[in-house]
Amino acid sequence: MAKSNKPIFWSLFAAGGTVTAFVTPALVLLLLFASLGLVPSLFTYEHLHDFAHHWLGKLIIFGVILVSLWHAAHRLRVTLHDFGVRADTVVAYAVYGIAGLGTLMTLVYLLRI
Amino acid sequence: MSERQIELEVLRYDPEKDSAPRFQTYSVPCLNEWVVLDALNYVKENLDTTLSYRWSCHMAVCGSCGMMINGEPKLACKAFIHEYSDKIRVEPLAHFPIERDLVTVIEDFIGKLSSVKPYLIPKDDKPISAGEFKQTPAELIKFKQYTLCINCMLCYAACPQYGLVPEFVGPAAIALAHRYNQDSRDGGRDARQEVVASNEGVWECSFVGACSEVCPKHVDPAGALQQVKVASTIDWYKEHLMPWVKK
Ligand code: SF4
Ligand code: FES
Repeated sequence: MAKSNKPIFWSLFAAGGTVTAFVTPALVLLLLFASLGLVPSLFTYEHLHDFAHHWLGKLIIFGVILVSLWHAAHRLRVTLHDFGVRADTVVAYAVYGIAGLGTLMTLVYLLRI
Repeated sequence: MSERQIELEVLRYDPEKDSAPRFQTYSVPCLNEWVVLDALNYVKENLDTTLSYRWSCHMAVCGSCGMMINGEPKLACKAFIHEYSDKIRVEPLAHFPIERDLVTVIEDFIGKLSSVKPYLIPKDDKPISAGEFKQTPAELIKFKQYTLCINCMLCYAACPQYGLVPEFVGPAAIALAHRYNQDSRDGGRDARQEVVASNEGVWECSFVGACSEVCPKHVDPAGALQQVKVASTIDWYKEHLMPWVKK
């Protein structure tokens, strides 16, 4: 039996699961505050723009989006399999394709800031 | 001793004679401290000698009496009557073909178990005269829990992935591979990884966790599989990104 290549996707999935477990609730809370008109000065547009301008900020944003995307893609692949969609290869190409596209777009947009 | 009349709905099937499985109901006078296996034995001794099922130890050691009790994988010798209502449904373990009544065909599991080389492959073979291989309590703790498996196959009956993908090597076999990999005296991990790290190996697991919930010996196969995934991922990165690093 040949060794599997799933470790690539699984490691992104595992990392993404850990990151999103921390980041997503914080984002939800911040958005909730923002919708109520409460934006802490640290999170104003200018500050966030400055953050994304710095190479370290770019790297952090890229890292978070990358692993979140690949986490979601892998989760979706497994969930579809659980729901009885047996065309795993097609599903894998589709979901990882979307994650790949998202990764590329993140890169392009970040570099344009 | 209180006695209770239980309606035991038992799946009956003889693939050579019956076109499809059917349920047969037996009314069994059960003592409250009985387990489902006692009720089956009562049927066999007093009501219907043709009923087939496996059992041996009656004390959750041999692992042969696994069956679906009210839809859940259980050891019949550990499923107490007083935990159930007056109607109990008994079926053979899910995901396995039926040989007869509650007896399943288990060759698939046996094959998978032996495919992971579940025995000690000594790291450095030394002559008997060189003395025993010593192990510290800390080294023992790393794998002791995984030695408690009794091969009852409840975890396979509980695992939805095994139900969907019969090629999946499955919880007990991979947990047992992990048991030997974790043993300080063992050097057989590379050989086991050929099966364990394949697509049909640990990577078919989507961490549902049902195996650990039903395991009567608290082996926690799901935990073992997660550890195997982490270790196999580290292997993968080493092999592909740092091929010069020797494992
Ligand atoms: S891991 Fe637990 S449930 Fe699975 S075969 Fe072993 S004892 Fe039974
Ligand atoms: S009869 Fe041995 S485990 Fe139940």
